[in-house]
Amino acid sequence: MSSKLRGLLGACSLVALGAAAHAETITVATVNNGDMIRMQGLMADFNEKHPDIQVEWVTLEENVLRQRVTTDIATNGGQYDVLTIGNYEVPIWAAQNWLLPLEDMGADYKPEDFLAPVAAGLTVDGKLYAAPFYAESSMLMYRTDLLEKAGLTMPENPDWDFITEAAEKMTDKGAEIYGICLRGKAGWGENMAFLTSMANSEGARWFDADWKPQFDSPEWKTTLDTYLNLMTNYGPPGASSNGFNENLALFQTGKCGMWIDATVAASFVSNPNESTVAEHVGYAPSPVRAGGDNHGNWLWSWNLAIPASSQKQDAAKAFVAWATSQEYTALVAEHEGIANVPPGTRTSLYENQEYLTAAPFAAQTLAAIEAADTQSPSDQEVPYTGGQFVSIPEFQAIGTAVGQVFSAALAGTSDADQALAAAQALTTREMSRAGYPK
Amino acid sequence: MARTVTTQRKVIVTAIAWTIAIAIFFPILWTFLTSFKTEADAIATPPKFLFFNWTTENYTTVQGRSNYFLHFWNSVIISVGSTVAALIIAIPAAWSMAFVPGKRTKDILMWMLSTKMMPAVGVLVPIYLLFRDTGLLDTRTGLVIVLTLMNLPIVVWMLYTYFKEIPGEILEAARMDGANLTREIIYVLTPMAVPGIASTLLLNIILAWNEAFWTLNLTASKSAPLTQFIASYSSPEGLFYAKLSAASMMAIAPIIVLGWFSQKQLVRGLTFGAVK
Repeated sequence: MSSKLRGLLGACSLVALGAAAHAETITVATVNNGDMIRMQGLMADFNEKHPDIQVEWVTLEENVLRQRVTTDIATNGGQYDVLTIGNYEVPIWAAQNWLLPLEDMGADYKPEDFLAPVAAGLTVDGKLYAAPFYAESSMLMYRTDLLEKAGLTMPENPDWDFITEAAEKMTDKGAEIYGICLRGKAGWGENMAFLTSMANSEGARWFDADWKPQFDSPEWKTTLDTYLNLMTNYGPPGASSNGFNENLALFQTGKCGMWIDATVAASFVSNPNESTVAEHVGYAPSPVRAGGDNHGNWLWSWNLAIPASSQKQDAAKAFVAWATSQEYTALVAEHEGIANVPPGTRTSLYENQEYLTAAPFAAQTLAAIEAADTQSPSDQEVPYTGGQFVSIPEFQAIGTAVGQVFSAALAGTSDADQALAAAQALTTREMSRAGYPK
Repeated sequence: MARTVTTQRKVIVTAIAWTIAIAIFFPILWTFLTSFKTEADAIATPPKFLFFNWTTENYTTVQGRSNYFLHFWNSVIISVGSTVAALIIAIPAAWSMAFVPGKRTKDILMWMLSTKMMPAVGVLVPIYLLFRDTGLLDTRTGLVIVLTLMNLPIVVWMLYTYFKEIPGEILEAARMDGANLTREIIYVLTPMAVPGIASTLLLNIILAWNEAFWTLNLTASKSAPLTQFIASYSSPEGLFYAKLSAASMMAIAPIIVLGWFSQKQLVRGLTFGAVK
């Protein structure tokens, strides 16, 4: 080997070693869902664009993840460089200065392309503190064949009276077909996500302007009475333990006439590989109260945020910019098909005719997200923001406790009045302990 | 006079025993079957028991998505490490409590057990801060320490009850023959208590293997054991039941094999002392 060639090889090795030595490793904490898993499969593109950054994934079930990252960020633990968090956490954590504002994300990033209601939930004092990766609202999914058999037509804006009538006519317990499936499992993100949205549509609110709980109001009474009537008479057995997955399984196997839940469910129930009723699914907005126009749509987004405690903020920012960019959407469309791109975040996606054709539920999803008003969720004045949740740190505990009370009422251990009284008492107690009004 | 056991009684007792055994084993069997189903079959109603399209796709997917061997190796080091460390501390402690009890020995034993009554989450933040400041977050050493401390009360209690069964006179004889304390514990006490120590060891390994609070909360990407491997396949929004079952089977298989091969020792140990 000539000395020149030897020298060249030596130089190359040094460069390679140098590059390896300078490669930064960032740790990304994320949830287990289809979109996130898909991203992990497309990391070759990121590695090619950023050979100096290595990504390590920590994937956890969302409740475990929430506890895990909350502990880490509250104690300044610095274990993660990128966090997957919901729009519930973002404003609360940003106010604590726990998150890095996402500025200077690159010329092609186009944050103005984010859907306005989604970006609003992630913005504090005019600064974006997390980048939306995927967003969803709520809508009504129903069986077109069963509705037709019942002799009914879905109105453009169904109200709860119509839903009750349709549920009654679609129910055929002998054939194990239940008119309606709704969340019953206790939890602030389970039954309370649905019930808070439903309460908003009925004109109810969690607190008045002085933070006084409102479960003793007629609006909450109507909400819970309607819910219990629907589920007791036309719902599946054991509904008090049903969450998203259980209802999805019931709907996909033809056991539900209607299901009001996250818009993301549309892609599952309309997929013929997973759903036996894929050809007979219709979509409509979440119901309103008779004569009302508030659908109470919820708004949930999974977002990528950078903790202020991260020591590798530049690398973390590069990753967040890549994962939430328009280019990433194009990358998913190229490798996985356009119907599989993460929905609900960018306006440009809903202007793409190819996507609108591939995803028949896209227009309804967009309409639901745009109708979600997280800044004033109820018809009445409220001192809080949020749609299916109240954006205060105490809500997780209070929401889950109230959820347990309502789930127990669904299971038949108490009636609506008892459940509302219990919810009022416990919420009053917890809010007083937490020092409200502040 | 020996009691006669009628054939009818034998049949009834056997049937009851089998029923209980199947009821206990059924969730594991169901997880095993689900791990070979497609996601659609996993949620089918009525449930499909044996007649479905068997597939190993879930195992392939799980293997492809996660670094199983890293999690497995972490589990082995953490569970074996914490068990050995707990035994090293607990054997002398149990010896002293069993053979030279003081006025407050019973109180100390009760106090040790009382530490198990506090919910772990109550001390999460202080321990997290300690780990952060000592650089033990996401390290196997940190988990070995915390699991050792967590299981120490149970290990001391079990060994204490086993040691109490051993006549003190034997140790006294060893002492008269000139054995010092270390020799007495290593050459006289330990061999006599082997069944008890072995069952304590096995039980502690199982407890440490299955521990899912500290192992999830104090780890990130480097030292996470199989508990995190399972948690990464659970999801409230999306169907992952079949994959979750495959991940669960891969996580519990090693401990089931260990339990299967050591069941004689385990049962002998458990009936020897504490849990008679």
